[in-house]
Amino acid sequence: MIRKSGSITNKIPPLAAFGVILGLWFLLTGAGWVPSYMLPSPVSVVTAFIHDFPTLMYHSGTTLLEAFYGLIIGVAFAFIMATLMDRHETLNRALYPVMVVTQTIPTVAIAPILVLWMGFGMAPKITLVVITTFFPIAVSLLDGYKSVDADAVNLLKTMGASPWQIFYHVKFPSALPQFFSGLKVSASYAIVGAVIAEWLGGFEGLGVYMTRVRKAYAFDKMFAVIILIVIISLLLMAVVNLMGSAVMPWLKAGRSGRSS
Amino acid sequence: MELLRAENITKIYDGRTIIQNINIHLERGELISLLGLSGAGKTTLFQCISGLVKPEEGRVLLKGEDITGKPGNISYMLQKDLLLPHKKVIDNVSLPLVIKGMKRKEARAKANPFFEQFGLQGTQEQYPAQLSGGMRQRAALLRTYLASTTGAALLDEPFSALDTITKGQIHEWYLDVMNKIDLSTLFITHDIDEAIKLSDRVYIMTGKPGVIEHELFIETPRKGRHNFNLTDEFLNYKRQIIQMLGKI
Repeated sequence: MIRKSGSITNKIPPLAAFGVILGLWFLLTGAGWVPSYMLPSPVSVVTAFIHDFPTLMYHSGTTLLEAFYGLIIGVAFAFIMATLMDRHETLNRALYPVMVVTQTIPTVAIAPILVLWMGFGMAPKITLVVITTFFPIAVSLLDGYKSVDADAVNLLKTMGASPWQIFYHVKFPSALPQFFSGLKVSASYAIVGAVIAEWLGGFEGLGVYMTRVRKAYAFDKMFAVIILIVIISLLLMAVVNLMGSAVMPWLKAGRSGRSS
Repeated sequence: MELLRAENITKIYDGRTIIQNINIHLERGELISLLGLSGAGKTTLFQCISGLVKPEEGRVLLKGEDITGKPGNISYMLQKDLLLPHKKVIDNVSLPLVIKGMKRKEARAKANPFFEQFGLQGTQEQYPAQLSGGMRQRAALLRTYLASTTGAALLDEPFSALDTITKGQIHEWYLDVMNKIDLSTLFITHDIDEAIKLSDRVYIMTGKPGVIEHELFIETPRKGRHNFNLTDEFLNYKRQIIQMLGKI
C-alpha cells in the first residue's frame, strides 16, 4: 500500500507539467494571441482527431506494419551482428566504425534515395526503419555482452563450459537489460522512421496523411496526427517495458527484498 | 589417498615471476589452507591449478593424471558468490550438472536433496537477490560441491566478504557440512584464525615471488572444534604461524 501511494505521489510532477503546457496552449489560442491558422486550439485538434479517426486508424495501420517489419528485421540483424562482433574481435574492430558512420547519415537524406531505388511501396519504408533501429540495439547488445563479469565466465570455464554454453547461460542473459533499453529507443525510432519515409512518397501511412493535410493547410489535422504519433510511440515503449518485465522476472524479485 | 598434486609450479607475467617452484598436495577428504598476505600470488596459484592459466613450469596432477592448463576438472569458488542473477537458486546450484550435459529437470532433481543439508531449504525457487550474503555463499558452496565430479575444490577466500558475525556462523556451518560430504578442499585465506579453524593442514605462502615457506598440521580433530578459537591449543597454533610469518 505504501508503495502504491508512493507511485501516485511520483506521478504528480509530470502530470502537473503536462497540465501547465496544456493550460498555456489554451491561453495562447483562446486569448487570440496566436492566430488559429498557426496554432489551432486544443479543442479544434481534438475535434479533428475525432472527425478523422477512421482515416487516421487506416493510415496508422500501414505505418505500424512498416515499423513492425522494420523493427523485427532490425532486431534480428542487430542481434546477429552484435553477437558475431562480440565473438570475433577483428570483426568488431572492422565493423564498429562502419556502424557509427551509418548512424551519422541523416535519415531524411537517405529516404529519397531509398524511394528512388525501391519505389513507392513498403520496401523503402521498411528499409529506413531497419537502418534507424539497428544501431541502438546493436550498440546496447554489444555493451551488454561486454558488461558480463569476467569471473563468471571463468567460473563456467572451470565447469568445463563450451563458448556456446557461456553465451547461453551468462552472456546473453546479462545483456538482456541493455537489450531492452535499446529496444525501447528503437521502438519509438521505428515509428518516426516510417513516417519520414512516407513523407517522400507513397499512397498510405501517417506520413502520407501528414503531407496531404499540410498541403491543405489543415493545421488542426496536422496536430491531431502528431499527437497520434506520440501516443503510438508511448504505447510501443510501454509494450517493450511489459515485455522486459515478463522476460526478466529476476529484476522485480531483486527489488522486493531479501529473506535471510 | 592422494587426490591432487601441484609440482614445481612457476608462473611468470610480463617477465615478473609471480609464484616460484610451488609444491603442494591434497589428500582425499583433507581440508587445506593456503595462508598468505595479499599479493603473495595465492590466486595465481589457484588459476594454475584450476587450469584457467598455464604455468611456465610445473604440472598439475589429479589422481595421477596430468591436467595442466585444462579447466573443467576441479571446481572453483570465489569471494564473489557469482550466482547468476537471472537464474533461480536451484538452477544456479545445478548449473554445473547442466553444463556437463544433464537435462535441467534431472539436474534440479539431483540438486534438490542437498538444500536441506546445506541449510538452504525453501530457497530453491527464489532468485539470488532475495538471499542474504551468508545464504548466497552457502548456495555457492553447494554449486561448487555439485561441480566437483572429482571431489576436489578450490575455494578462494570464500567468506572474506562476510561480516564478522555471519563469518563465525558460516565457519561452524562449513565444518559441519564438510564432515558430512565427500569434498577435499584447498582454501585460500589471509585470515590466520580462519586457516587454523577450518583446516587439517596449513601452507604458509609468502611473496614476492610467491613461495611456500612452511607447512603446519592442525592436529585437533575437526569434530571437536566448537569454540576452538578460545582454547590455548588454538592460540599455540596462532603463535607458531605468527612466528613463521615474522621470520620472513
